[in-house]
Order: sequence, then structure tokens, then C-alpha cells
Amino acid sequence: MRTRLTLVLAGAALLVLAVVGVHAVSELPAAGDVPHPYGARAVAAAFGHATANAVMSVTLDQRGFDTLGEELVLLAAAVGTVLLLRELAAETREKTEHGYGPEDVFEALRLVGYVLLPVTLLVGGYIVLHGHLSPGGGFQGGTVLATGLYLAYLAADYRALDRLRPPGVLDATEGLGAFAYVAIGVSGLLAGSGFLADWLPHGTLGKPLSAGTVPLLNLAVGVEVGSAFVLVVGKFLEQALLAPDDVPEEG
Amino acid sequence: MSDWILGLLLVLTAVTATAVVLTRDPGRQAAVLSAYGLVLAMTMVALAAPDVALSQVGVGTAAVPLIVVLAIARCHRETGRGSRGDQDEDR
Repeated sequence: MRTRLTLVLAGAALLVLAVVGVHAVSELPAAGDVPHPYGARAVAAAFGHATANAVMSVTLDQRGFDTLGEELVLLAAAVGTVLLLRELAAETREKTEHGYGPEDVFEALRLVGYVLLPVTLLVGGYIVLHGHLSPGGGFQGGTVLATGLYLAYLAADYRALDRLRPPGVLDATEGLGAFAYVAIGVSGLLAGSGFLADWLPHGTLGKPLSAGTVPLLNLAVGVEVGSAFVLVVGKFLEQALLAPDDVPEEG
Repeated sequence: MSDWILGLLLVLTAVTATAVVLTRDPGRQAAVLSAYGLVLAMTMVALAAPDVALSQVGVGTAAVPLIVVLAIARCHRETGRGSRGDQDEDR
């Protein structure tokens, strides 16, 4: 009886969702080069500040305040995760005992890790620093940089990863990244423009030194996102691998 | 031509999303979720949104499945210990 009621309710809800969804989507403008009032104005404003990547101009210049909110949400989430997964006094672990050391990893996987580690770090840095010119930016580049760090873990072992992320440094850089974003925003106030205003010289469109504060904000975002990613995944890795007893049977 | 590719990608998105839901084992589900994330990223590229696609690859294809797999590994060890008669609390 109850299952039947659930099915009827779920069916009715799905029907309403389908009708409303189709109605909403059918009214959307087509994707692609169709002119749109907001798109035209946003692109004009982006080029006005010599920002070749209009998407980055919207996220870090025209709507920089929204991105600040995102940054702080990410900071809070990372701090919360690190705090929840911290080691309690009662569960001190043997830091040296863990599975998946060099002898547990396939040779081919290790080779791929070694080859891809420098490439990934280079690509990540490029994506962060060219965010105002080409698709990418601090968030995307930060995640690529963090992924690259975990290739070191795949290629070698946990201790190699530990050498690549000295304790305490990433905790500091994560906070510093968020602080730098706010500081760049306040610098706009001090320069007499407004909070997060793009007040620096804009330079030439398409050149590495252009778009005013956008590359600086991208750098701050990249540092914060990369650090947060490494910290959070590192905590999960610790939970999964550093065991007080034997190596897990599975997974 | 590009409409044809977009249509194919949208169908693939629906297929892989259904596959994620129908995969019951969490470990396998993480792998299927990763494949779904990749298809979603390609769809975003086809829709001329490479910025979002990059984020999608980083978060949806790499980070989320990785965290899920690590959490599963941790849970497997917990249950492995519990079955040997340790006094771990039940969850």
C-alpha cells in the first residue's frame, strides 16, 4: 500500500517535472553564436578591460564578488573536512605502515606517473597563468596542479607524496590564497575605484600582461583551490591507507 | 554536423547517467561516475563551454570518484576488522 502511494506520488511529481521542464527548455535561446543582450554586453565589457577570455572577465571582474563567495565556501568546506578527518589522540597511527608502496604498483602505472608528473604540473601552471587569455583559470588550473601531485603518489609511494607537500605549508597557502583574493579586492577600494574593481593598468588585449587584476586573482584562486584539493584528498588518503593494523583486503 | 555530434553526446550523457544509477556496487559506481563525468565534459565542449568542461574533468572525473574510492577502501577495512570480533561500533 505504502509502496503504491510512493509510486503514485513519484509518478505525479515526475509528470509535473517533465511538463515544466520541457516548457522551460523550449523557451531557451539556441546555443552558439545567437546574439544575447547579456552576452553582448559582457563581451563588450571584457574587451573594454583587455580580457581576452570573456568567461574569466565575468567571474573575476564583472562578477568578482560572487567568486569571492565561492572562494570562502570552498575554504570553509576544506577546513571542515580537514577538521573532521583529523587524527584523534586515541587513534594515533603508525605513519610508516601502509599498503600500495612501490612494490604494489604496476611498473607501467609508475612509468606513466613519472612521465605525466612534470607535464601535469606544467599544464596546471599554464592554465592558472593564462586564465585571462584562454579557457581555464585558477579553479581549473588548481585542480590540475593538485591531480599532478597525486601522480607522485601513484608513481612512487606515500612518502614521496609527503616530501612534495611539506606539513603545514599547504594549510598556510590555502588561507593565504583566500586572503590574497580579499586583499586584491580591498586594494581596489584603496585605489579609489571600489571593492574588487579592475583598477590596475589593463595592458594590450591578448598579451600575457593584460586584464589588470584578473591574472592576480586567478593566481590567488589557483593557490587556494590547489591547496584545498591536496589537503582534502590527502586526508581521505590518510584515512584509507595509514592503518593501525594490517593492509586492507580490497579496494 | 555539430548538431549531429551534440545529439550523440546528449544521448551518451543519458545512457551513462542511467548506467551510474543502475550500478549497485559503490566501487564500480565510482568508475562509471568517472566515465559519465568525461561524457558530460565532452558535451560541455560541444556546447562551446571549455572553461566549465575543464572544471568538470578536474572535479567530476578525477576528484569525486577518487574521494569515493578512498572512502570505500576505508569502510572495507572497518568491516574487515569488525568481522574478526573487534569491538567496533556498528554503523
